[in-house]
Amino acid sequence: MIQFFKDAVEFVPILLQGAQLTVLVTTGSLIFSTVLGMIWALMRVSKIHALVWFSTTMINLLRGIPIIVLLFYIYFVMPDFGLSLSALHAAIIGLGIAYSAYQAENFRAGIEAIDKGQVEAAMAMGMNKSMTMRRVILPQAVRIILPPYGNTMIMMLKDSSQASTITVAELALQGKLIAASNFKNATVFTLVALMYLIMCIPLIILVRHLEKRNAAK
Amino acid sequence: MIELKNVHKSFGRNEVLKGVSASICKGEVVCIIGPSGSGKSTILRCINGLERYESGEISIDGVIVDSEKKSIGMIRTQVSMVFQKFNLFPHRTALENVVEGPIYVKKESKDSAFERGRALLVSVGLGDKEDAYPPQLSGGQQQRVAIARALAMQPKAILFDEPTSALDPELVGDVLSVMRKLAQSGMTMVVVTHEMGFAREVADRVMFIDEGVIVEEGPAANILNHPKHPRTKDFLRRVLHPI
Repeated sequence: MIQFFKDAVEFVPILLQGAQLTVLVTTGSLIFSTVLGMIWALMRVSKIHALVWFSTTMINLLRGIPIIVLLFYIYFVMPDFGLSLSALHAAIIGLGIAYSAYQAENFRAGIEAIDKGQVEAAMAMGMNKSMTMRRVILPQAVRIILPPYGNTMIMMLKDSSQASTITVAELALQGKLIAASNFKNATVFTLVALMYLIMCIPLIILVRHLEKRNAAK
Repeated sequence: MIELKNVHKSFGRNEVLKGVSASICKGEVVCIIGPSGSGKSTILRCINGLERYESGEISIDGVIVDSEKKSIGMIRTQVSMVFQKFNLFPHRTALENVVEGPIYVKKESKDSAFERGRALLVSVGLGDKEDAYPPQLSGGQQQRVAIARALAMQPKAILFDEPTSALDPELVGDVLSVMRKLAQSGMTMVVVTHEMGFAREVADRVMFIDEGVIVEEGPAANILNHPKHPRTKDFLRRVLHPI
């Protein structure tokens, strides 16, 4: 046990560097997937045939491809087509694109859950589509969307470890490198697991808070 | 002011309006009665372009109602609608609901919109509820906020789609008395309703609709007391003496 703490003092600073990258990858891909997911969702509810078809196809395509393959594609294949990205950028974009499909479905479910009467009331007072979306639908949909959105954040935090496969030295990869150099697997991966857990706890509390708030309405 | 000429409308194969023609003058209060599924609500919804119609023509002060055209926005600011289920915005207070249209659609200044909004809430008897959110209000109060919201647009006419059908019986009176006051003030109103007492007392004209056509129309007293058409007679007998 004492040895564990001694090792921990040595490893934690290195792991923290990895954790920083984990946070960076998670935050970056969260923002990217939110924006992209909202675009897909708005296309899907637009009732414009071509846009609905395009976004539906993209969502299904993305859902059917493993994140790791998507990351390999962006990091190893795209350079063949003249698009070279740093590992970090590729990770953020890859995770962001992969998760945009799930975000989109969540956003769409929230938007479609709003009573049709709300749209009719907005239209009946002369609002156009975009104003109806902005002033009436989205403010109400946010409350429905937020709890599952929190869950997506937790999943993204953990899935950011897949960035290690394209050489981003985030928490999981740092752990693996340390463990490979000193064979203290138990200590290192326990620490890694604890650090993921610690980063998740605020998010878990946030999700619970949002769900409670929704239930109260 | 509101003209309908031979309006046809189908939902899929089901033809709900089979050539409806009517003319509603400024200041007139018209009640539309008829069995459910007869097309009453569809007529209202075609008038402000919430539904498209296939053929015929609807115009408001000479402007043709076409929900695909830009002019529909202008028409909707002139013809307000009150819904059966109120459709207030639950994330905004009573007062915010009332000023939403004036501020964001008609680009009125906030000060004057809020001032007018407060006065409207007072006029429907809800001066003390301006900060309440719709879920905190009773159905009758919500519907009166919805009427204030419709009035806030300073419309030429208001369409009422079964405004009291979703209310508990003891709350119907408050809403009807607001509507009566409105009728007396000279507002043009088209009211789809099952409240025969209201129709008899307030309406200038009653239209009886069945299976997508206007079967009979005329002064309220005539239609309700001395219906000529057998279908009108049958309907009124069922509504007035259900047991």
